[in-house]
This record gives sequence, C-alpha cells and structure tokens, in this order.
Amino acid sequence: MIDTRDAVVAHALVVRRGRTEILHSVDLRVAGGQVVGLLGPSGAGKTTLMRAIIGAQHIGSGTVEVFGRPAGHRVLRRQLGYMAQSAAIYDDLTVEQNLDYFRRVLGAPASDVDRVVAEVGLDPVRRNLASRLSGGQRSRVSLGVALLGAPRLLVLDEPTVGLDPVLREELWGLFARLAASGTTLLVSSHVMDEARRCDRLLLVREGRIIADDTPAGLLASTGASDHDEAFLRLVRRDAASGTGGEAA
Amino acid sequence: MSPRLTFATAGRVLTQIRHDPRTIGLLLVVPALLIGLIAWIFDDTPVFDQVGPAMLGMFPFIVMFLVTSITTLRERRSGTLERLLVLPLGKGDFIGGYALAFGLLATAQAVVAVGWAVWGCGLEIDGELWMLVLVAVVNGLLGTMLGLLASAFASTEFQVVQFMPVIVAPQILLGGIFLPRDQMPDALQAISDWLPLSYSIDALNLVQDGSDGGQVIADVLVVAAFAVGALVLAALTLRRRTR
Repeated sequence: MIDTRDAVVAHALVVRRGRTEILHSVDLRVAGGQVVGLLGPSGAGKTTLMRAIIGAQHIGSGTVEVFGRPAGHRVLRRQLGYMAQSAAIYDDLTVEQNLDYFRRVLGAPASDVDRVVAEVGLDPVRRNLASRLSGGQRSRVSLGVALLGAPRLLVLDEPTVGLDPVLREELWGLFARLAASGTTLLVSSHVMDEARRCDRLLLVREGRIIADDTPAGLLASTGASDHDEAFLRLVRRDAASGTGGEAA
Repeated sequence: MSPRLTFATAGRVLTQIRHDPRTIGLLLVVPALLIGLIAWIFDDTPVFDQVGPAMLGMFPFIVMFLVTSITTLRERRSGTLERLLVLPLGKGDFIGGYALAFGLLATAQAVVAVGWAVWGCGLEIDGELWMLVLVAVVNGLLGTMLGLLASAFASTEFQVVQFMPVIVAPQILLGGIFLPRDQMPDALQAISDWLPLSYSIDALNLVQDGSDGGQVIADVLVVAAFAVGALVLAALTLRRRTR
C-alpha cells in the first residue's frame, strides 16, 4: 500500500550552531512515497536539514515531524534509513560483517544482508575489508546499511557522489522502485542532472528553501531549458531579492 | 539496553580486533615482556617481588584505556556512532558491548601476564592467583570506561593519546609503587585516597601477602565503583542529538 500522507513536515525550523544560524525558519512538506531531491550549493544547509529530520541535530526552534511524530522519536528509529555524506562504516570489518552488525542492531532478518548486497551491487567484494574498497564502493556499503530493515523513510546525503554514470543510473532505478513500493526518499545532491529523476525538488540556499516544485514545474516557472539553468536563475533571483528571499 | 544488542556490539568489536592480529599479539605479549624485563633488571634483589603485583594491575589499565579511547574516538569521527545512535541501539548496549569485548581481552591479557610473572619470573604470591586476574580485569574495565569518557574530550588521536599520561602517570606515582602510601606526605596521601589505582595496587599487594580475601574484594569494589562512575559520565557524553 502506498502511503501518500506526509512523511516529513517541518514548521518554522531554526537550527543554530554556535552563534551562526544555519537554517532560518524552514517550512517543509515531503509527501509519502515520493523521491524528493534536496538540491543546493554546498554549505546551504542540506546536511543540517537532513540531520534535523533524522533527529541527530539539536533544534533551536520550530518543529520537525516524521510520520506524525517528533523527529528523533524512538519509534522512528526502526523506520528511518540514514546515509551520511562520509561513509559511516567500520573499515576493519568486511562488507558482510558491516551489514550484519547493523542488521542485528535493527533486528532485521539475516536474509537482509544478501538482499542489500545485491541491491547496491557489492556481491563481488562482499568478503573484502571495507578499508580495501574504493571510495565509491565504501559509499555503497554505507547506502546498503541505510537500506537494511524496511525503512519507510530514507534520508540519503549525496548517495551518488563518486559513482560512475552506470552505477548512478542503477541507483536511481533502485530509488524509483523503492518509491513505487511506498518508501519515501529524501536525497540530497549537487548534480543537477539527477534532479530530473526526482518526483519533487527542494532548492536550498543559505539556510532557506527557495523553491519547492516538480522538475517540470521548475523548468516552466523559470523558463529554463535544463535544471542547471533553472537552478542558476532561481539562485540569482533569490540573491537579487536580498536576504528576505521568500519560499516559492 | 538488551542482551541481544549488547552481545551483537561486543561481537562486532571483537571481529574488528580479530582482523588486526598484530594488535592482539602486542596486547598479549608486551605486558609479559615488560614484566620479564623488570624481573631481569632487579634479579637478585627483592624489588621485583615488591613492584611485580602492581605491574599486573597497571598494564591492563593503560592498554585498555588506550585501545578504547582510540576506537571510540574513531567511532565518533567516522560517523558510525551517530549512525548507531539514530538506530534502535541503547547507549547501554554500546558501552556494555565495549566493556564485554575489552573485558574479555583484559582477561586474556591478565592470564598471560599473571602466568608469566608467577611461573616464568618467579613472582612470589601467597594468595589465590585468580584474585590477581580479577583485580587485573577490573583495572582493564576501569581503563575502558575512562577511555570512553576521554574520547569525548578529544577531537584527534593526538589529543586522546595525550590524555594517557594525564590520567595514568599521577596514579602510578601516587599509587604506592615507589613509596608505600602511608609514608608519603599527608596531602599526597589524601589525594591518592581518591585515585582508583591506589586501591588496585593495595588489592594486588594483599593477594601477594595471602591476606584475607574479604579485604581484597573490598578494594576491588572501590575500583569497580570508580569504573561505574566513569561509565555513567561516559554515557552522558553519548548524545543522540548534537548542536
């Protein structure tokens, strides 16, 4: 059954780190069963927003709810899959051993290890130590950990970084299949051609969401021919309107 | 906290170490080698019998402190700790898993060191040998808990290694190895009353003299209380949410 209710709802979310405000009153709605792209320049606040959603980030004010519960609620810990930007895996364990440990923590069945190894295409290196893998392979182990169990929401921070086009294509195919089976995906990227693979796009700039639209809608509203161009136009428009850029 | 998750974590830590046979070798052999060296230096003097028991308590403490502080610092820096804390893993499972895994290592290390000191180097022990192992293991656990705690206050491996002399050296100097504690200046003696290693060294000396086991257990309980205190503080440093 596809869950079309909102997976994530943020209201007036403010995050401060030290004296700097990273997120300025962000309002956000992620519908269930969609692949939502979180795009924006590095340092825009994408990772902070994602960490607030998984409940790892201290929130200054405002609210974030995931499946109707405050972010970080203990019930959500079994329903979320999170992949950080750096591969958060154990270098001195093999691919299998990494997956098996996190599977046990989740209480997922042992068969999950085989399923995930196949999904992220690591079968040939499954018995290799993570420290011996290439950067792209390591990030796929990290993605594999996020896919363990049956998460209702996947929060993936730059999952395709450092991957060749064939692997990127395969992973986006996997994301689409997961969404079709009812999983919600929030995927950050700074590769704009990945934008067209999303159901919806959120553009983040300087701690604000400056656009929230479908890929086609974004092209139409900016009159751009591709998403790179659309993004540049939106950023320029936002910069020109000063710091008080209103969410589109 | 659940036994299933604690055992899973302990198993994972031990698997990591298993992939590093050199570390296992160093862990088991180095204390024995150093004890052998001390025995050799002080050959034909009564010194080895005086300091030998204290050595058996000191090594597991230092080694486990170093091993744990560096491994947990790596967990904090690589993002695996953050990942675990957003998963259904209790802080108790994390700490318990480390305590269990390193407790086992400390036991293996203590058995080798005690066996070598007594049968290889002729250390004279009137009491029960298993009590020496017990004190050594509790010291190892204390080192593990302090290592977990120290890793929260270091942002690099360089810093965390510097914590070792800060935490260990005063305890060794004041613990009664160089001079019995009751012969030290009053102020230093008062300070040493608040250092866990003082109680370990006392317990080890009591075992050597073949004293009443109850007194040894009382000392061990004091060391264990320090370990629990460090555990509680270490748990406070494991934050699910960061700023």
